[in-house]
Amino acid sequence: MKILRIIKKSIKDAFKSVFRNFSLSMASISCTAVTLILVAIALLVTYNVRNITSDIENVLTIVTFVDANATEGDIADIKDVIENMDNVSSVEYNSKEEIMEQMSEDEDMKEILDVLDTSPIQSAFVVSVKDVRKIDSTAKKLKEIEKVTRVKYGETLVKKLVSMFDVIKNGCIIAVIGLIIVTAFLITNTIKITIFSRRNEINIMRLVGTSNIVIKLPFLIEGFILGVIGSIIPILLTIYGYAFLYDYIGGKLFTELIVLVKPSDIVYLTSLVLLIVGGVVGMFGSTHAVRRFLKI
Amino acid sequence: MEFIELKNVFKVYENGVTALADANLSISKGEFVFIIGESGSGKSTLTKLLYREEKPTKGSVFVGGINVGKLKNGNVYKLRRKIGVVFQDFKLLPKLTVYENIAYPLESYGMKSSDIRDKVLRAVERVGLKDKLKSYPNQLSGGEQQRVCIARAIVNEPSLIICDEPTGDLDPKMSREIMDVIETINKDMLSTVIMATHDKDIVNRMKKRVVCVHDGVIVSDKEKGSYIQNENS
Repeated sequence: MKILRIIKKSIKDAFKSVFRNFSLSMASISCTAVTLILVAIALLVTYNVRNITSDIENVLTIVTFVDANATEGDIADIKDVIENMDNVSSVEYNSKEEIMEQMSEDEDMKEILDVLDTSPIQSAFVVSVKDVRKIDSTAKKLKEIEKVTRVKYGETLVKKLVSMFDVIKNGCIIAVIGLIIVTAFLITNTIKITIFSRRNEINIMRLVGTSNIVIKLPFLIEGFILGVIGSIIPILLTIYGYAFLYDYIGGKLFTELIVLVKPSDIVYLTSLVLLIVGGVVGMFGSTHAVRRFLKI
Repeated sequence: MEFIELKNVFKVYENGVTALADANLSISKGEFVFIIGESGSGKSTLTKLLYREEKPTKGSVFVGGINVGKLKNGNVYKLRRKIGVVFQDFKLLPKLTVYENIAYPLESYGMKSSDIRDKVLRAVERVGLKDKLKSYPNQLSGGEQQRVCIARAIVNEPSLIICDEPTGDLDPKMSREIMDVIETINKDMLSTVIMATHDKDIVNRMKKRVVCVHDGVIVSDKEKGSYIQNENS
């Protein structure tokens, strides 16, 4: 009961203090809000880049052409070998006839095919890989299989795209970590000013026999409140701003290939992260700031 | 062992100033003792050692059997709950009312609000401020603010009351009133009172034990002493 009374009093005091020291509270809240907006942007970019990379990875396949003389038995053997390879996620066999049929559906292609005496079309396996970064070695292994004439995939483009997205993703992760540290630093300093302006109060608390934990508790809660309030604007911007941007550009960036993550899949998780970062960093900042005034 | 004991206490500040040198002092429970001396003589340091605002550089300070110098920082609050301190500058929280200021220590101890109310009203009655409970410190005179500070110091019925120049900022009439309040508390509550002061009138009028400090050294300790007497000795 005693603990409950102390916690109740600390919560009450923390709220009182937020309003009584309004201008300093506003300073803490605004600097938290600004940095958390940047954190939100970095988080959204990271999430989208990760999504785009995995989309591209899913679309990428190695087309493995089979010798025209291969028998049905050879084809079954080749399929077995491919399926047992490490980096292969799925294999689909398209016979020469099936490919011809698909191509004939296009009127222009049909005309070309009619003109040719012997069809240049070859039967092929469409192989999807698990990790696009290992696509080179997988293609090499495929080429070594007996009765496989050649393999085809967009080597250079794939590599460039994947490495570019890796850089962006890693950059964003570093930015998020850096920004969280900056937020902690800014909140700590702003709360330090708040606490410095109240050092008399803390001194009186100590002199009348208040225990250190009871002195710290209201400041800790105050830091949490400031952090949480500071995260409100970034959260609103994340929820409404991202949805607006998504609708405005039609959910894709330049091409159908680069599709953005749907707002409902990302904004709530990001908001939760912002709320937690705001609250925890606020608490950490104020605890750190009040500690030096409790040393005797 | 006496209620308060200082044994060969030295206090040297970081800047090299020796505030107390080989101080020895025993004070019994319920005593009223004046610590007198000029500014910078070491009397404030002596009182600060008792409520562990300062640690002795050498020697030991015992209050109620506790070796104050060896108390861990995290446990200092336990000592301070048994001690009421009255300051020259009152040290009131300006944004709290008289009632809230006096109730503040008890609230921070997690006491029930009904018990707090009883204790605050009793303390306020002792210092004669019953009609000012809802006022803020800046709406009170210096004497009234000091009464609030005394009420806060006695609200937890401490066994020791330390007063550091409590009348330093007050006119003679108000000083006399404050001293009457403190003397009554000493008699009624049987609390030990240690008062650092250089108010000659008060010391001479009250005829209590007087300990005189000069340049960090206790130069005299007399029962029913007076300021003039000690200065000449």
